[in-house]
Amino acid sequence: MSFASEAVLIAAKDLRIEARSRVATAQILPFGGIVLLLFAFALDPRRNVLPTVAPGLFWIAVLLSSLLAVSRSFAIEADHGARDGLRLAGLDGGAIFLGKAAAVAVELLALEVILLVGVVGLYDVEVHGLVVIVPAAILATVGLAAAGTVYGVLAAGLRVRETLVPLLVLPAVAPVLLAATRAFELALGEELADAWRWTSLLGVFAVVSSMVGVVAFGPLLEES
Amino acid sequence: MIERLRSAWLGALTSVALAATLLFALVIAPPDSVQGDAARLLYLHVPAAWLAYLAFFVTAVASALYLWPRTRRPAWDHLAGASAEVGVICTGLTLFVGSVWGKPIWGPWWEWEARLTTTAVLFFLYLGYLALRRLGGRGAERRNAIAALIAFVDVPIVHFSVNWWTTLHQEGSVFNDRMQVSITDPLMSFTLWLAVGSFTLLYVWCCITRMRLLELEDGQAERDLARAIEARVAPTATVSA
Repeated sequence: MSFASEAVLIAAKDLRIEARSRVATAQILPFGGIVLLLFAFALDPRRNVLPTVAPGLFWIAVLLSSLLAVSRSFAIEADHGARDGLRLAGLDGGAIFLGKAAAVAVELLALEVILLVGVVGLYDVEVHGLVVIVPAAILATVGLAAAGTVYGVLAAGLRVRETLVPLLVLPAVAPVLLAATRAFELALGEELADAWRWTSLLGVFAVVSSMVGVVAFGPLLEES
Repeated sequence: MIERLRSAWLGALTSVALAATLLFALVIAPPDSVQGDAARLLYLHVPAAWLAYLAFFVTAVASALYLWPRTRRPAWDHLAGASAEVGVICTGLTLFVGSVWGKPIWGPWWEWEARLTTTAVLFFLYLGYLALRRLGGRGAERRNAIAALIAFVDVPIVHFSVNWWTTLHQEGSVFNDRMQVSITDPLMSFTLWLAVGSFTLLYVWCCITRMRLLELEDGQAERDLARAIEARVAPTATVSA
């Protein structure tokens, strides 16, 4: 089996489990939604700050949801020796990484579409510059999913993984939050040239974290 | 024994150097013409910041040497851990002393300046690494070494993005100019170099001492294991005898 088809196999497996268990739609999605509502409570909508800070709030909501998605991605293999099965399946470590990261990315992208609708509706944001917003969101999501998956496997076998993963992931993906927020802000303000610069930074992060994952995932899975 | 003696000498030398630094920093060096005595904090802030970056660099190199099969030795793992611990303390110290200095000079305790913000992210990045190290377990050394390298790869990206953020949004900020302390007085620059040197000695001494402790902890774990096996084996041995 080729590298790519191995990756597709793993991604399809993870997405099939999500489609059947409905944890992503029944738990992670509502979590993202309530975070959006809570931001509005914290920053009184009547003071009109919400439209200005909406890009940052949107990405914080995505970031927090991504922690849940990553935990979930490894929780499905925690029981019944499923991780041992994965280890012994003879698949390439890099391909497993790409498959799992792709599944997380697909879930996050679906979440983002819904949260974006929520932000537009709840925070009174007018959408401009979709030509940058779409690629920026995709690259940021790839970066989040890749970095999250690397740290996810790092903590997979550990008893304290639920508390450890956020501490490991959040500082590491700080550049994604920064760049994605700025890219969205600038795109909404129709300053597309500057928005593209931040989008390129998101691209660099996505590529670097994917490469790190392809190299490191196999050895980390062995030790988990 | 020889190693312990050497570490004792290093400890003595470090103490003398630190005492001299204290004397120069607090008494002999003149106060800064603009900042007054607040500038003396730099004799702690600058070495701490330098050591933080040095320590994380050493952690990355030691982790790489551990991962490389030909150079794999427990000592590299110990060095990576010891250095990261000192590095996190130095990063925390840098942020704290920077804030204390920033209050009278800048006004606020914190300024969203590129280097400061990068250092803060770094602090949490390596706190996570230390939290991971504490867990131990099977294959922990290899896992920790990979985690250290991943963190190290992230540092330039964090630095770059934060730098971009602060320069794009605060162009011509007065704070960036005020960050610079121009040290022209030879006594002040000597004190600064002395402080950097003596704190680097302290770093080396802390690393050596911590490494030896980690080595002893490893030995203890092995002895515990041997004892546990012996205890399990012994009753059956008496029965069969």
